[in-house]
Amino acid sequence: MRQKTEKCVVTFRTTVGAMAMEAACKAEGLPGRLIPVPRSITAGCGLCWAAPPDSREALEELVMERRLNVDGIYAVIF
Amino acid sequence: MIYLDNAATTRTKPPAVAQAVMEALSSYGNCGRGGHEGALSAARTIYETREKIAILLGCPRVDHVCFTQNSTQALNIAISGLLGPGDHILSTDLEHNSVLRPLYRLREQGAAVDFVPADKRGRLDYGAFERLLRPETRAVVCTHASNLTGDAVDIARVGRFAKKHGLLFILDASQTAGVLPIDMTALGVDTVCFTGHKSLLGPQGTGGLCLREGLEIRPFAVGGTGVQSYSESQPAEYPTRLEAGTLNGHGLAGLNAALDFLNEAGLEAVCAREDALARRFYEGVRDLPGVTVYGDFTAPLRAPIVTLNIGDWDSAEVSDELAERFQIATRPGAHCAPRLHRALGTEDQGAVRFSWSCSSTEEETDAAVEAVRILAREAAEA
Repeated sequence: MRQKTEKCVVTFRTTVGAMAMEAACKAEGLPGRLIPVPRSITAGCGLCWAAPPDSREALEELVMERRLNVDGIYAVIF
Repeated sequence: MIYLDNAATTRTKPPAVAQAVMEALSSYGNCGRGGHEGALSAARTIYETREKIAILLGCPRVDHVCFTQNSTQALNIAISGLLGPGDHILSTDLEHNSVLRPLYRLREQGAAVDFVPADKRGRLDYGAFERLLRPETRAVVCTHASNLTGDAVDIARVGRFAKKHGLLFILDASQTAGVLPIDMTALGVDTVCFTGHKSLLGPQGTGGLCLREGLEIRPFAVGGTGVQSYSESQPAEYPTRLEAGTLNGHGLAGLNAALDFLNEAGLEAVCAREDALARRFYEGVRDLPGVTVYGDFTAPLRAPIVTLNIGDWDSAEVSDELAERFQIATRPGAHCAPRLHRALGTEDQGAVRFSWSCSSTEEETDAAVEAVRILAREAAEA
């Protein structure tokens, strides 16, 4: 099992929201990847964007700038 | 076989389309179901396809491109999800049953529907839009081009009419997506319904609808979405709201490759080629004795379709002759366009439809002209 670390996690209400985030981060060169949403955030299912803990500000800017449809941004250890 | 039934479906797809479907069939998981590579590959490709469709049709948001199995399903979603009892709807005599039947069903449920008439040459009476308007008119549902004659509707004019009176504008682009330029935002279209397997050159089982921002459509089907699983209701967000169940990821991979092909070839060049072939055929058959060609060829923009009859010969027989003797595939009969056949006076005889794609050639077109010439001569001698 891998060691748990803190991550900045962005959740979405739709899969297409997650895909838009991945495309936008890729275009901007921001690190991170899509993973299944940890159950500590929601017991539902779906994808979230998991990024290094210090990337929150950049991600928030990106969300505003590109009008990305996100549900929430969390600091999560998993 | 010379395939000239491209208005039904384009038979010859770019090789990259088949390749993309094959690769998807052996590698994709289910889009939006899981975070593993297979699921993500499917989701990424479908997202890319949304991006390309949004650019092609002028959709303001990538997440407002919703995929369906075909244009009919998209039209059903738009019509049943936006309109209801008490509404008055304007449509036209040029429509396909994919528009007509949902409207007739709505009429049975208490809506009222009027049709802008076409004359015996298939030309729309645009003045009727204003004349048929009522205080309770809610929407215009119309095709961009007739699947029977290829004649295009002046959708900029219809869009201005809809905007002037605060009406919803639902556009059926089944015959024009990938043929004629469409910018739904500039045209004032609220939702444009398209299919992937005709001029977009994608696989059957692909299509969708693009929505303007702020449009509220009641979902036709509800169910699994891969998100918000503990909610008892369908997610409100697009495209998920209209995409219950597994998407056709394999087919959409093919559509994605087809859009790359069209973008590389240049849509204008592809359209010009198809139009030139259709007009070459038209010029070759228009003056043949006994041949009646339907539609308006003075218009600069039209779908690559030429529909004709030879004397009073049953169109089904003509089409069969073309297939059996000349190995030319066409489409006879009613083409799911009953109102326009009535307007043209071809309800009994039907008509023989020839339609082109970018893979058609001059040689094939000339062979079709020659076949019609022979059949027309034989009909005259009979």
